[in-house]
Amino acid sequence: MRNAFASEIVELAGRDPRVVVLMADIGNHLFDQYRLRFPDRFYNCGVAEANMIGVAAGLAAGGFRPVCYTITPFATTRCLEQIRVDLCYHEMPALVVGTGAGLSYASLGATHHSCEDIALLRVFPGIKVLCPGDAMEVRGCLRAALREPSPVYMRIGKKGEPVVHEAVPTIEIGKCLVVKPGTAVGLLSTGNTLPLAMDATERLEAAGISVEVASFHTVKPLDEAYLRTVFDRLEVVATVEEHSRLGGFGASVAEWLSEQDPQPAALLRFGTADRFIHGAADQGYAREVYGLTAGRLAEAIVDRVQRRARTPGIVSSR
Amino acid sequence: MSNRAGTPHLGGALSCVDILVAAYWTAMRIDPTDPAAPDRDRLILSKGHAVSALYATLAVRGFIPLDDLARYNENGGHLPEQPSPNCVPGVEWATGSLGHGLSVGAGLALAGRIAGRPYRVIVVVSDGECQEGAVWEAAMFAATHRLGQLMVVVDYNKWQATGRSNEVMALEPLRTKWEAFGWRCREVDGHDLAALVDAMRETSGQHGQPIAIVANTVKGKGVSFMEDDNNWHYRSPSAAEVLQAGRQLGVE
Repeated sequence: MRNAFASEIVELAGRDPRVVVLMADIGNHLFDQYRLRFPDRFYNCGVAEANMIGVAAGLAAGGFRPVCYTITPFATTRCLEQIRVDLCYHEMPALVVGTGAGLSYASLGATHHSCEDIALLRVFPGIKVLCPGDAMEVRGCLRAALREPSPVYMRIGKKGEPVVHEAVPTIEIGKCLVVKPGTAVGLLSTGNTLPLAMDATERLEAAGISVEVASFHTVKPLDEAYLRTVFDRLEVVATVEEHSRLGGFGASVAEWLSEQDPQPAALLRFGTADRFIHGAADQGYAREVYGLTAGRLAEAIVDRVQRRARTPGIVSSR
Repeated sequence: MSNRAGTPHLGGALSCVDILVAAYWTAMRIDPTDPAAPDRDRLILSKGHAVSALYATLAVRGFIPLDDLARYNENGGHLPEQPSPNCVPGVEWATGSLGHGLSVGAGLALAGRIAGRPYRVIVVVSDGECQEGAVWEAAMFAATHRLGQLMVVVDYNKWQATGRSNEVMALEPLRTKWEAFGWRCREVDGHDLAALVDAMRETSGQHGQPIAIVANTVKGKGVSFMEDDNNWHYRSPSAAEVLQAGRQLGVE
């Protein structure tokens, strides 16, 4: 995803002279091509993220389209107030990109984990929250984000993740992508768990359960129109994210669901638990700790589907 | 304004009035009839709690009607107790949370440079505000990128909310600090208009260094019973005190 971002931003900056990249001393050689082509629109802001966001706000007020890039916790929680006041309150068209989101940089320790950023960013009025599912969605989301007249936060993974889409999809912010249709279970993924959702789907379909997979590249605004159809049409809807179950994508869906009339489908939410990981853990191990594996997802979904089948009357009339 | 609206922070507003007068009447290239002109100089009052002084400045300078001041802090009105984005023409940035203005000013100055617009950006900060780490992040950024069109003016009134600013945090030597951060810095009497104007007219230092002015000021300046009395960080004056202050200031 990182490399897709770095390559796409060169393309977009070539087309839009307002694009200015700010980064906070990360991405060795990642931006070499960009710097070569646009030396006056690239600024290494140093290890000073709060200032980077403020500078972005000033650039946006001066007519530019700043893109701030650094590792997720430092692009978000480190400078949360600057995002809130200088970008959101002022409705500045700036893009904040958090790289290595979720557990992507798990081995660097919990200082580099980011399982709270969706929760914290989405409550700010006016900001849009994007979580592309693979490298193709990164490109599509970046194109869409730079068309927005207001602040956008985008969390991306690292490099080398499996690519799910064959081509760059056209991204409409706030409208999810149905990656695969299905008739019994809806598996809604946000961000870099999309390949995991595909793996779980393979297992479920082998067990005879038809699964629809949707990539929610946008958590805010939430695609409520799609949620309405999927909760009405299917038996079980599950959300999955490399983010805390508190306040994240699944929680957004639960908030929405709590205000609807009783829905036919049940909701299951997969995400990280309310505790930090101590000790060494790479991304795969960290996902196991939090139960984010294809096997655990499939198991829990099968269990829920079977329980519903055994419980008469749980499915409301349609 | 403070009396009618029942608002605090009068002491810190009075300490920066002369700085604003020097900026809005002499140092800045501005046109009150064209407040959004792309090439205008910009001033960010980063110490947003002192905005009553800025509103009054904008009104007298012709950016907003003088009568508007009577509606300061009125519910639903456009002159909130601390400035909101684009609340009135002439307010360049919404402040109130300290330590934001200099970074935004640096971004604006950088935007001007990339776009080939030669406007200047003045950011007025308080001394207490200089305790925010982000101020020094911005200071290093501006020095690195030689933002010579950026100026910071420290309203150094030696007080902050709960005490003497140098007792709360070791600010001194403040001028040397700015110099150590790569800025060209001058220290002036913040109530000497000629000295302020002279300092503010200075264009960037060597090789595009940004400019800092440490303006030594008096909190509550101009009103004998408010000067250097930190209770006026919190109090708003009674009607009788307004009359008395007006007599001292010659604005009865």
